Amino acid sequence: MTRSRTSRNLLLLALIAGLVVIYFPLLVVVLNSFNADTTFGWPPVRFTLDWWGHAAGNSGAIDALVTSVEVGLIATVISLLLGTMAAFALQRYTFFGRDTVSLLLILPIALPGIVTGIALNNAFRTMLGVQLGFFTVVVAHSTFCIVTAFNNILARLRRSGTNLQQASMDLGANGFTTFRLITFPVLRSALLAGGLLAFALSFDEIIVTQFTIGAGMKTLPVWIMDNLARPNQAPVVNVVATVLILVSTIPVYLAQRLSGDTATGHR
Amino acid sequence: MSVAAETQTIAAQREERPPAIRLHGLRKSFGTARAVAGVDMDIADGEFFAMLGPSGSGKTTILRMIAGFEQPSGGTITLDGKDVTGLAPFQRDVHTVFQDYALFPHMTVLENIAYGLRVRRVPKDERLGRAREALDTVRLGDYADRKPNQLSGGQRQRIALARALVNRPKVLLLDEPLGALDLKLRTAMQLELKQLQREVGITFVFVTHDQEEALTMSDRIAVINEGNIEQIGGPAEIYEAPRTAFVAGFVGTSNLLEPAAAEQIVGERATFSVRPEKIRLHTELATPAAPDEFTAPGVLREVVFTGPSTRYVVELDAGGTLSVLRQNDGATNAEPRRANQKVRLSWACEHNFRIASSTTNESTTGGK
Repeated sequence: MTRSRTSRNLLLLALIAGLVVIYFPLLVVVLNSFNADTTFGWPPVRFTLDWWGHAAGNSGAIDALVTSVEVGLIATVISLLLGTMAAFALQRYTFFGRDTVSLLLILPIALPGIVTGIALNNAFRTMLGVQLGFFTVVVAHSTFCIVTAFNNILARLRRSGTNLQQASMDLGANGFTTFRLITFPVLRSALLAGGLLAFALSFDEIIVTQFTIGAGMKTLPVWIMDNLARPNQAPVVNVVATVLILVSTIPVYLAQRLSGDTATGHR
Repeated sequence: MSVAAETQTIAAQREERPPAIRLHGLRKSFGTARAVAGVDMDIADGEFFAMLGPSGSGKTTILRMIAGFEQPSGGTITLDGKDVTGLAPFQRDVHTVFQDYALFPHMTVLENIAYGLRVRRVPKDERLGRAREALDTVRLGDYADRKPNQLSGGQRQRIALARALVNRPKVLLLDEPLGALDLKLRTAMQLELKQLQREVGITFVFVTHDQEEALTMSDRIAVINEGNIEQIGGPAEIYEAPRTAFVAGFVGTSNLLEPAAAEQIVGERATFSVRPEKIRLHTELATPAAPDEFTAPGVLREVVFTGPSTRYVVELDAGGTLSVLRQNDGATNAEPRRANQKVRLSWACEHNFRIASSTTNESTTGGK
């Protein structure tokens, strides 16, 4: 469709305005992590790396970072394992209730975090009698991280069909060789993309985490929440927030690159 | 008849070696649906064999059972004298060219072709050399390092062929090999496939619903309908002497003389088939028939000009209609062109074939 110059300019303006609303506040956070003024007067006049040094020496923040990475990695591995198995089961076999199972697997990402959090908290403590701690956060995160893994693998399986496996067997490869040389490599980028998205989801999650984490333990978002109210921690919070932004957006960017590559790769 | 004699010689030659493929009482049911209803068939070594039938006739199921992707519900499959009925696909010396080619998207063209050799642990140098040779055979030598998605449909088709041929299988199975190509490419590939098969000397078994494709490429054709073989024979035999109404209708234009009309014209109450191009059309009505001819008066109902030939549809006075095909060779100028004109048809007795009642009622013309 062709548009007049005016309407094109208006659309461009609307696009810029929209992007500014989303990204300018984030940019302020990043800039303030370098702002030398402790009251964060705007616009910043002097820049410094001091806050980054402070943050690096802040054991609370570092512990939180380590916890977040550990939770994210383990939740990702669990999600990939379960998500892949579920995707294979749903793609290769027809069974009673298949569509329902598919829906139930995807649903957790849409469920309100506060509800999931309270429900899991209740289930862990009163019904299962489990102490809240590291393990409970991992399980809680896995419930929604599995969705990205499952979706990515399922999409790839649907696109590549079962003919590739048949062609491989036909050419003389047994089941194991077929998995090693065909099935897994074809899935590899989907696994990576699903895993990166799962990690990003886990890394910046706070609501469910608040309800399922053990006393005294903190993930990065929880640490920020706790330190927000302390004025003397504000500079370090900005640094940690910047780290959080980077660690959760880079995987999403990479995942998109990966899916894009393979989307054209399979046509 | 010469066609029959030719078939007999082929049959005689076939006796000497065990058939490349022997199907015995092969059956397959999916749930309650019967896809293949007891098929017996021998395919000779080095033959270019077609399984021709409409979609849902069971031809692809037979192919998949030979490849090992489906287990038969009954019967046996013998490859080169060896029973392979219960063997996995990778234990059979048979390769398949899939309809969608199923090229491995993460491998280059050369890696795709070398795959069969790789899983058989052929040393790297040898397998790459042989893969290159195969690539040259299908004339795509310059494309070794491309990925499958960078190729056109026709090129992918040839890569799939090269990949299946590089292992030198006993038998190559092709599932609608030209189905995904456009008409022009399809015609070119028909000849290329035939040529390739002669060069490599491997038994080709291909499945198609395109009668022209089957007639053009095959040494022999099995016409399959509703899980049964209607007729097996050379292309000329299948075309010229169809044994059932289904074959007459599916291969070429159905041109049947119904029993009532045949009683008057041929003198026998049965269904007969006669190919449209074997019938001559006359405007002089009085000429008596030659002793070795049948003749029938009728009314011209339709004249369809199709370029190289013209099709005439004639309603017989004895009942029913027959199509007549006439080459527009310029030799016959006094062609009738008007519809509703009275005409006379004649054809040689040797082109008049009695049709057996088909194995299935639905496929018999006028069955309803």
